[in-house]
Amino acid sequence: MTSPDEVLQGLYDETLVGNAPRVLELTEEGLALGMEPQSLLFDALIPSLEEVGARFERGDFFVPEMLIAGRAMAGAMERLRPLLAETGVETVGKFLMGTVKGDVHDIGKNLVNIMLEGAGFEVIDLGVQVAPEKFVAAIEEHQPDIVGFSAFLTTTMPMFKANMNALEKAGMRDQVIVMVGGAPVTQEYADAVGADGYAADASATVKRAKALLHEKRSKVPA
Amino acid sequence: MPVALVACGAIAQPVAEIVERRGWPVAVHPLPPLLHNQPHLIADEVRDLARALALCHETVAVAYADCGTYGALDAVCAELGLRRLPGLHCYDLFAGESRLASFLDDEPGTYLLTDFLVRSFERTVVRELGLDRHPELREDYFRHYTRAVWLAQDPTPELRALADGAAATLGLPLTVVETGHRRLEAALEALLGGSAAGTDSAPLR
Ligand code: B12
Repeated sequence: MTSPDEVLQGLYDETLVGNAPRVLELTEEGLALGMEPQSLLFDALIPSLEEVGARFERGDFFVPEMLIAGRAMAGAMERLRPLLAETGVETVGKFLMGTVKGDVHDIGKNLVNIMLEGAGFEVIDLGVQVAPEKFVAAIEEHQPDIVGFSAFLTTTMPMFKANMNALEKAGMRDQVIVMVGGAPVTQEYADAVGADGYAADASATVKRAKALLHEKRSKVPA
Repeated sequence: MPVALVACGAIAQPVAEIVERRGWPVAVHPLPPLLHNQPHLIADEVRDLARALALCHETVAVAYADCGTYGALDAVCAELGLRRLPGLHCYDLFAGESRLASFLDDEPGTYLLTDFLVRSFERTVVRELGLDRHPELREDYFRHYTRAVWLAQDPTPELRALADGAAATLGLPLTVVETGHRRLEAALEALLGGSAAGTDSAPLR
């Protein structure tokens, strides 16, 4: 019989190498042992994916390793999502995400989504090639706290500005926090288009998103 | 040779062919083409090689477009007083910037192939993206792609067959656009200018 500690260690190790079937098995084992879904998430899955991100940064991992690890974690999330919802823990906030119009790169965006979800955000993913009008309509519909624009090509980064203009025009700019990201994006670029936040990777996005939300909420008079 | 050219490995072959055909006194020094997938390393690699080459060549130039360095390569060029090829990536050098932009505008889900990519597809795409070990990742990578466009520089039947195979591996229909080497050649000529021709126009240092 596996012990809870072994489950956590196993989940960490197997997520790191992207062994999706084993991660799912261990998730089941953990639940069968009566372990909290939160514990599986925060004590094993998320730290493992953070380590994946760190290895990617160092150049020890490349995109495929990152993808299979992301897939493994996403598989466990599928299983844990309803359980986490049942625990009645309030979501940290609502995050609307999309890759900008003209761009179909989405690996980075998808990883950010997994981490945001793991951290307790409700994530609504509009997918790729999301036109400004579509962002506006989705903000109207979902009333997110934060909207995230992702872009990967020098030629599609200017869509950030187009999106910002569309939000202004729709009178929504003050209603949502805007975050931008993607391989070519820098803090300077984010500032230049008037975004509220930028982050270089998935864990940083979670931290920044929480900080921005906190800032905004503490400004609102009670 | 008075001139050394630091070239991206993905275009070094046509570059060397043009240099040879034109009889330019230029030594072509390729860097690994797979740096394309780790563009944050390109600027430093170019700097190191350019510095080394400057010790034994009058002039060093850079046969790279920006290639996803997002300005870092330009910073190295400014630092060392070098010039590089124009454009965002090598695809621009084959198809021309505006034509390339229109391919992506028409169909954002366009995946570009060059003769180099077609020839080295198994290594530079399949293995590099891990599709050999994890075929299931094809979905993660190419789900939103709708076509492959081969910028064919020298479309021999043998390459055509390889391009068909590459597109089939990706599960995408193939469009062939014959580009030749005309633009690349003009860009090289502009880059090397007087220094290659041995005239006394402004040297590149
Ligand atoms: C994998 C990859 C692909 C995959 C994409 C699959 C997919 N579904 O996304 C494939 C092979 C299909 C591909 C295609 C192309 N690619 Co590509 N690709 C890459 C590569 C190697 C890695 C990108 C990646 O996924 N990184 C991993 C993720 C995890 O990192 P990330 O994207 O940076 O995301 C992180 C952060 O940016 C941040 N983040 C991301 N989104 C957001 C959003 C918010 C709100 C926040 C806060 C943070 C955030 O968090 C993420 C997680 O840590 C890069 C090179 C590189 N190393 O950057 C080139 C690169 C991005 N591609 C490039 C090019 C040119 C292309 C093609 C044109 C090539 C071609 N042959 O056709 C096509 C694009 C065509 C098109 N129509 O869009 C260039 C772009 C250059 C430029 N100047 O624009 C690059 C830089 C390569 C290069 N050296 O030239 N590519």
